[in-house]
Amino acid sequence: MSSRAEGDTLTAPLETEITLTVNEQAERLIVDNRSTLLDVLRERLGWTGTKKGCDQGQCGACTILLDGRRVNSCLMFAVAQDGAQITTVEGLADGDRLHPLQAAFVERDAFQCGYCTPGQLCSAVGMLAEAAEGWPSAVTGDGGPDRGFGPEEIRERMSGNLCRCAAYPNIVAAIMDVAEDAKAAL
Amino acid sequence: MKQFAYQRAAGARAAVEAFTASASPVMYLGGGTNLADLMRLGVAEPELLIDVSGLPHDQIEERPGGGVRIGAVARNSDTAAHPLIRQRYPVLSQALLDGASGQLRNMATVGGNLLQRTRCGYFQDVTKPCNKRRPGSGCPAIEGDNRDLAIFGYSEACVATHPSDMAVALAVLDAIVATEGPGGQRTISIPGLHRLPGADPTRDTVLQPGELIVAVELPPLPAAARSVYRKVRERASFSFAVVSVAAVLELDGTENRLIRDCRIALGGVAAAPWRATRAEAALRAAAATEENFAAAVGAELAEARPLRDNGYKVPLARNVLVRTLTDLAEAT
Repeated sequence: MSSRAEGDTLTAPLETEITLTVNEQAERLIVDNRSTLLDVLRERLGWTGTKKGCDQGQCGACTILLDGRRVNSCLMFAVAQDGAQITTVEGLADGDRLHPLQAAFVERDAFQCGYCTPGQLCSAVGMLAEAAEGWPSAVTGDGGPDRGFGPEEIRERMSGNLCRCAAYPNIVAAIMDVAEDAKAAL
Repeated sequence: MKQFAYQRAAGARAAVEAFTASASPVMYLGGGTNLADLMRLGVAEPELLIDVSGLPHDQIEERPGGGVRIGAVARNSDTAAHPLIRQRYPVLSQALLDGASGQLRNMATVGGNLLQRTRCGYFQDVTKPCNKRRPGSGCPAIEGDNRDLAIFGYSEACVATHPSDMAVALAVLDAIVATEGPGGQRTISIPGLHRLPGADPTRDTVLQPGELIVAVELPPLPAAARSVYRKVRERASFSFAVVSVAAVLELDGTENRLIRDCRIALGGVAAAPWRATRAEAALRAAAATEENFAAAVGAELAEARPLRDNGYKVPLARNVLVRTLTDLAEAT
């Protein structure tokens, strides 16, 4: 607990200058130390594709790729991510060509309201990369992904992304399509 | 959220010195998965955050003698996926993979996982009294909503549980925490890191102010030992344990199937991983049979003191424990 009287000023700076590279654009800006990465992306840098759902790390709507890994941007202080390379849903497509997961979500009608979709997409991109690296899950246990990559495996690995419309069957089907295509391409 | 100053630590020693030098309330920042939440809720109000998440203590490496050292800022996902952990300490990999979500595991550090706070609803609600958050204000959980809370080791001051799955696994591995503190370096064994509430629930661990976890050391397990983590929760995934079990079992390798070593810890039942020392003692040198497991586990659970709404945890823990040990013996 603080013994500081109200109105006193802190001696250390409460704002910090940082650089973030978002979807391959370098941005230099001064942030309030309290700002989450999610708020900086949306409110300061205009990348509003990333969504704020629960704002406490439980729904996954704020999922982005940070240095290639999926994370909850609502639980990260932007000040601590100086120098980070970030990909949001806006950075997934290659120009007008949708990312295979985006195309699969359209094909499979893997959403209703769409609010969770940017987080689902970024999470699925990160998740498939993790699986390709051979990371285990609570479903595969020690066996690794060689034991098959079915719906149960996808549900477990995507459990950090909630869909209030419960479009789960089609989300799982869309991710399965891309996972199978990736396997076929090997 | 209260305003705070931010420093990126240049090294473990520098972090401790900055912590010690701060005249304002100060905390270390790891992955932030729990701390950012607590700061937003007003439960934690540091005026200075010293960021240790980028320290070079993120290696997972083999030690002479067959043990493994995990740097304190290794991410939970990297630890769970590491070949040394998956091959030698499956209980640890499983516990990590049973915790949180893919995103959170990519952020959370090993040190931060150990130091996360209870998810007791009263602790997280600043409009309610809570002895852990505001000493002397009272514990509404004792008479209130306590179905998720402790059945072992609690006090009149606090009935909270520790939420970490990983800590329960580390407890059966007899892991050792290495720290850098104002008084220098030291090691603390798990169990022994987390404390039961007693009269002072504000301190979750025996760490001193400013003491920083720099690594977790895993002693080697005998080649014949098998380990497993089993977690019961209310959803299929991404949920805290109602009850969890970590176990290490080593048999003597003879037809008699006598137990050479048996280590058992329960999660979700106390403010610390609960080593079932009574059950362990009863099983040492006994035959690995379901009857013996049931008797030993029964003796342990006889010591439980459930609260009004969490009596269900007693038979649940008993059944999960007996099943887990029986399965482990069959696999050994």
